[in-house]
Amino acid sequence: MTVLAVDRIGISFGGVVALADVSFAVEPGEIFAIIGPNGAGKTTLFNVISGLYPPQQGEVRLDGADVTGFAPHTLARRGLSRTFQNLQIFFRMSALENAMVGRHLHERRNVVAHLLALPSVLRQNAETRAKAEELLGLVGLAELAGRAAGSLPYGALRRLEIARALATEPKVLLLDEPAAGCNPVETEEIDALIQTIAATGIAVVLVEHDMKLVMKISKRIHVLDQGRTIAEGTADIVRGNAGVITAYLGRHAQRETAHAQG
Amino acid sequence: MRRFFANPYLVVVATALAVLLLPLLLESSFYLRIATLVFIFSLAVVGLNLLMGFAGQVSLGHAGFFGIGAYAVAIGPTSLGVPSWLALLAGALGAGLIAFVIGRPILRLRGHYLAVATLGMGLLIAMVFNNEAAWTGGPDGMLVPQLDVAGWTVHGTHAWYWIAGVSLVIGTWIAANVIASPTGRTLRAIHDSEVAARVLGVDVAHYKLIAFVLSAIYAAVAGSYLSLYDGLVTPTEAGFLRSIEFVTMAVLGGLGSVFGSIVGAAVLVVLPQVLTVFQDYEHIMLGLMMIVVMVFLPTGIVPALAGVLQRRTP
Repeated sequence: MTVLAVDRIGISFGGVVALADVSFAVEPGEIFAIIGPNGAGKTTLFNVISGLYPPQQGEVRLDGADVTGFAPHTLARRGLSRTFQNLQIFFRMSALENAMVGRHLHERRNVVAHLLALPSVLRQNAETRAKAEELLGLVGLAELAGRAAGSLPYGALRRLEIARALATEPKVLLLDEPAAGCNPVETEEIDALIQTIAATGIAVVLVEHDMKLVMKISKRIHVLDQGRTIAEGTADIVRGNAGVITAYLGRHAQRETAHAQG
Repeated sequence: MRRFFANPYLVVVATALAVLLLPLLLESSFYLRIATLVFIFSLAVVGLNLLMGFAGQVSLGHAGFFGIGAYAVAIGPTSLGVPSWLALLAGALGAGLIAFVIGRPILRLRGHYLAVATLGMGLLIAMVFNNEAAWTGGPDGMLVPQLDVAGWTVHGTHAWYWIAGVSLVIGTWIAANVIASPTGRTLRAIHDSEVAARVLGVDVAHYKLIAFVLSAIYAAVAGSYLSLYDGLVTPTEAGFLRSIEFVTMAVLGGLGSVFGSIVGAAVLVVLPQVLTVFQDYEHIMLGLMMIVVMVFLPTGIVPALAGVLQRRTP
């Protein structure tokens, strides 16, 4: 069973090929990692899947339906949510309000009722707040709920983005470097959190540089280099793959050698 | 204490109290007239603040909507035989409709580009009022028949003081409702990160349009009130300087603060009256004071002062 399928995706920017012929499929409850050196196209791939960039080739299927080129908010309605590598927090709102915005799709959006503050709106606000508080608790931010998001430490913001994305009740969650800039303790916490999320049946697709984290929690790993797939499989398979080693170490080692030789 | 100040309904109560108590303090009808003008401009600025301070979208053409309201109550009864109250409603709905139609394409633009597009929209509307002299009286403007509600003719400062005051209380109440509602949260989210709002399922274009239409309706109602109260309307009401005045009131008072909108309107209506003591230097003083306020209270009068208060009360 596949919840998210990416089929021969390709996109280029002004002649530079960012992604070419990338395919993979993810199952519910799976933790699927996408790795690769800087500039491999990982974030571009996320932007294509989440609808920020329409792909020039290929297809994205969500729950069996072709959703290629759909707008991000339509994809969210169909059960896809994501976080951002360069945090996209609502900085002037409280942590709780950030998570509450994530409930948008599950709220009745009758503007006239909102203008008049009908009792149904107040009830719904209470429901939204309760759900948001529950999610902040899940990611370990219950105590910081009332704080302005702009005043939270970095690691907390990473977890806040996850709580906010979870609030949409996604089937597929894309996490773009959830542990970037986090200290080892925070990374451990995020590691556990991701496993908890996957255990609820949500497919987690992860872009991450922290190899220890990736190797430990991912069921399968997809390796990109210069926009192309060079390997896919379990941690052991990927670790032993010659192409992967070259991509990560080879060219770097060659450069170093060349540099040393002047 | 912080919770108390953050409550969006505080401003509704404060405004209601001010409207009730001001007549006891302001003895002459001249002062009452100033207060009435403050209420009318506040109404327009509270609406504009929903767009600028909450949704984060600029409009340099809001006087266009103000003008639509102002001319609706002039042209409706004069040329079309529509009663004033109905013309007022039609003006508000018409402004909302025009905002809806124009907003769709131009709200895709951001920042300076949106500013220029809304500027163009305002100029266009003002030009129509200037040129369609057969309907509008052209640059000289036209007389506005008095509002007549169920046989009661509304005229004079006292009557308009209460109408404008009560309307402002209702206007702040609706604004507070919006701010506390999911719609308000969504608008603030768009202001902080459009891309994050989108991936959470927010149809960003739709919500910007809601804020734009809502703010246009506020402006149109305020425009209708001003022209009914003055009994005269000219194209300046829809002009560029009026638009800039609204934006200045919103920024000076504090974007994102409903109370700030009222303070901003009050400052820019009252100050020129006070500064007449400087005679020829009146405008220089006004400009200087605006610069000083923005330098020392860069987030606007109300948010900056509220920040100071919050730091003092733990």
